[in-house]
Amino acid sequence: MLIGVPRETAAGEKRVATVPEVVQKLAKLGFQVAVESGAGEAANFADDTYRAAGAEIVPDAAQLWGRADIVFKVRPPSLEEVGLLREGATLIGFVWPAQNPELMQALQDKRATVLAIDCLPRQLSRAQKMDALTSMAGISGYRAVIEAANAFGRFFNGQITAAGKIPPAKVFIAGVGVAGLAAIGTAANLGAIVRANDTRAEVADQVVSLGGTFVKVDYEEEGSGGGGYAKVMSEGFLAAQREMYAREVQDADIVITTALIPGKPAPKLITADMVKTMKPGSVIVDLAGEQGGNCELTVPGEAVVRHGVTIVGYTDLVSRLAKQSSTLYSNNLLRLAEELCKAKDGNAVINFEDDAIRGLTVIKEGELTWPAPPPKLPAAATKPKTDAAPIAAPKGHGHGSSEPMSVKSLAIVFGVGALLFLLVGLYAPASFLAHFTVFVLACFVGYMVVWNVTPSLHTPLMSVTNAISSIIAIGALVQVAPPLAESASDRPDGLILFLAFFALALTAVNMFGGFAVTRRMLAMFRK
Amino acid sequence: MSSSMATVSYIGATILFILSLGGLAHPETARRGNLFGMIGMGIAVIATVFGPQVSAGGLPWIIIALLIGAGVGLYAAKKVQMTQMPELVALMHSLVGLAACLVGYASYVDTSTVFPTAAEKTIHEVEIYIGIFIGAVTFSGSLIAFGKLSGKIGGKPLLLPARHMLNLVGLVLVILLGNWFLNTHSTGVGVALLLLMTVIALAFGVHMVMAIGGADMPVVVSMLNSYSGWAAAATGFMLSNDLLIVVGALVGSSGAILSYIMCRAMNRNFISVIAGGFGSGGGTPAAASGAEPEGEVQPISAVDTAELLRDAKSVVIVPGYGMAVAQAQHVVCEIVNVLRQKGVTIRFAIHPVAGRMPGHMNVLLAEAKVPYDIVLEMDEINEDFPDTDVAIVIGANDIVNPAAQEDPGSPIAGMPVLEVWKARTSIVMKRSMASGYAGVDNPLFYKDNNRMLFGDARKMLDEVLGALNA
Repeated sequence: MLIGVPRETAAGEKRVATVPEVVQKLAKLGFQVAVESGAGEAANFADDTYRAAGAEIVPDAAQLWGRADIVFKVRPPSLEEVGLLREGATLIGFVWPAQNPELMQALQDKRATVLAIDCLPRQLSRAQKMDALTSMAGISGYRAVIEAANAFGRFFNGQITAAGKIPPAKVFIAGVGVAGLAAIGTAANLGAIVRANDTRAEVADQVVSLGGTFVKVDYEEEGSGGGGYAKVMSEGFLAAQREMYAREVQDADIVITTALIPGKPAPKLITADMVKTMKPGSVIVDLAGEQGGNCELTVPGEAVVRHGVTIVGYTDLVSRLAKQSSTLYSNNLLRLAEELCKAKDGNAVINFEDDAIRGLTVIKEGELTWPAPPPKLPAAATKPKTDAAPIAAPKGHGHGSSEPMSVKSLAIVFGVGALLFLLVGLYAPASFLAHFTVFVLACFVGYMVVWNVTPSLHTPLMSVTNAISSIIAIGALVQVAPPLAESASDRPDGLILFLAFFALALTAVNMFGGFAVTRRMLAMFRK
Repeated sequence: MSSSMATVSYIGATILFILSLGGLAHPETARRGNLFGMIGMGIAVIATVFGPQVSAGGLPWIIIALLIGAGVGLYAAKKVQMTQMPELVALMHSLVGLAACLVGYASYVDTSTVFPTAAEKTIHEVEIYIGIFIGAVTFSGSLIAFGKLSGKIGGKPLLLPARHMLNLVGLVLVILLGNWFLNTHSTGVGVALLLLMTVIALAFGVHMVMAIGGADMPVVVSMLNSYSGWAAAATGFMLSNDLLIVVGALVGSSGAILSYIMCRAMNRNFISVIAGGFGSGGGTPAAASGAEPEGEVQPISAVDTAELLRDAKSVVIVPGYGMAVAQAQHVVCEIVNVLRQKGVTIRFAIHPVAGRMPGHMNVLLAEAKVPYDIVLEMDEINEDFPDTDVAIVIGANDIVNPAAQEDPGSPIAGMPVLEVWKARTSIVMKRSMASGYAGVDNPLFYKDNNRMLFGDARKMLDEVLGALNA
């Protein structure tokens, strides 16, 4: 089948749906690839590079759309583009079916099959490799920090120089999705002090892992709306949240907002009053510009200065990093193509048994199949299992698995052992040998078992082996009062009893004390 | 209970003991391991008491002895502080050693045992002789170790002139006496010879442990642990009791392996540790005169330390014996909690020979309720030091000495150490500039990125905690 990659026509869109590197990989799956002339130009991929990768360059859009069996797009197609689409062809790209009913109708009329990459069931771990929303969000989070740094008049990291002390920039990040996390990591790496908030309490650990501090709202409510998105919160919560935001925004030099609720306008987290409290020269980057913005003063698509604060509302942050975003996006599409074409014969098969594919497919051969039924898999993801920190891998005990003994010393050990055994075999009577066998084997068992003991438990090991060594009590016990034959009347009973009694009392101290103290110690070991 | 029943019970007890040691492979299973040990011991004792070798007349004596011992033992286990664990363990080893001696004597004077052949009688006597010897060495050695660990005897090694010669003479004497002992037919002479040998063995044990420096104590404690096992095994041979042999061998080999692990952690040869004289300070003057560290020591205050900690992202704490001495583990834990709440990544790095007993630091930290998953071994954490903002060394010295890697002439050259100097800043808490047990100067103190926090560890950490909470 022929995959067509047209030039993106939306204003300011610099991305391209397939990069040359991916063209080669698609060819390996058995697909042919046609690219519209100039499609990759804005992302710095020349036609020649595509040609070298094995793609056919098609001079104009009409010809490309007309010939392609499958069209790889980034933005939703315009109605004109749909008009060019071949009857019964397949379209893959961002579609946003909820927001674009007209487009959906036009595509159905074309009897097209449409896979909307934005409808991917993101909670399927198998689907993550195709998750373009995530890869794009990561880029916008990164770019948001870069835009902020550009508009901000100071260093991010604190420094003490000969020219004076520079305090680190304080960054506050509202909404810790993929974009927020990327922003936290980027800002923290630049040296800023990063604080972040999200209604979903479970992201706190992720914030911390990237070097940020999680700011909690003093109000109890679980904000996880399922499927990894946030939900709308109650009034009491919102009041507490506003208070916290007012505090954080006033303190911050840079505010980056990424709060989105699917299918709803972006929540207005930052009011005009809050902006007024910020220091002059501060920066707000609003990633929710396209959905109206998280800040009241955001102008979507533009950077404006209000009350001395630069408010960046660009909606094309991803496009501003076109080469990176094109590469990641086309890799997402490649993974999708692999799922569609498991036979690697260049034919795409839409398998509705596959939850990921089912979720993606919004129109199948002109039939509306959107919204897809929820996938069967992720039952209750409300309580994310706190995975036990990887318990010290077996390597941790690794004393045993050291480099093997050298041949020479091994030979010496074996030689000495053989000599000893020879001596024992020559002189010892049979009754001794039985015990000797037991002894040697027990030494080996002990050797094998003890190597596995983790070093942190060496003290308990010693105290437990110490307690166990009070097995010597058995020796004393059998001497206290053995059933005697009549003949042994000259046995000094009193003396033996005294010795054995004393030995028994000593070992009992050890026996009870040893086990008790081990128990006490082990009770203290906790995660 | 028949003889077969007793034997079967012994097998069960043996299995439980093996499971008990195996259970210690991980903290989660360790508690069960200890329980297995207790059950195994219970089975072994009951099977013996009600077995064919004990007549009913002995029962009252047995019960009284067990009650006395249990009372003392449980009381000691309850009262002991975790910092005193090494002393307690050493003291308990001495009890096993003494018991082995007593059982040996009792076995010798017991004339009721009949031997079918002369060879078996000889073997029995050899077993008695060896059993008493090991028992006596364990007993006196453990007592001295106890004295050293509890501070009743100085930690410095006592080095008699010609000490190797003395040991050798002692050993030859023991062998000669042994030969005489086997050839005598009078029980009286035999007992006298045994007593003489015991005195030599006791002196041998005292001398051996006295010659070992404080830094080598983990090796000594685990070695004595091993001896107490061998003593039990020897007793088993003496009494033809397989259970004693098996358990003694288990304990003996476990202690031997621990000693070996400890030695390797110090890059020392087992023989040289036993031969003693390492912690002697001036013991290796030729090497110590090598590179005198240059530069100045930079002190730091507790408040500044708190400031550094608050600004850090990643902190590693290296505890040593000084933390145990100052009983500072609880304060350390509080500091860790405060910093963790502030989002600081904080971990502990444990050197295998930190403290005076294998695993000593782990036990102290566990007592202070530090979660064990942030307590890491040397191998796990050493490569993380370059990414660490602050490394705090609490009362440790030799285990963080860069001379081990940098100065081939150093007495501790080649010993694996925690590379705290690779952290952005290292802070060493110490009472004074005195050198560690190894008597080696520590170039770490003079490094540019190192700060010294002088004073009692507990007091200084209290101040740090106060400053952190301020």
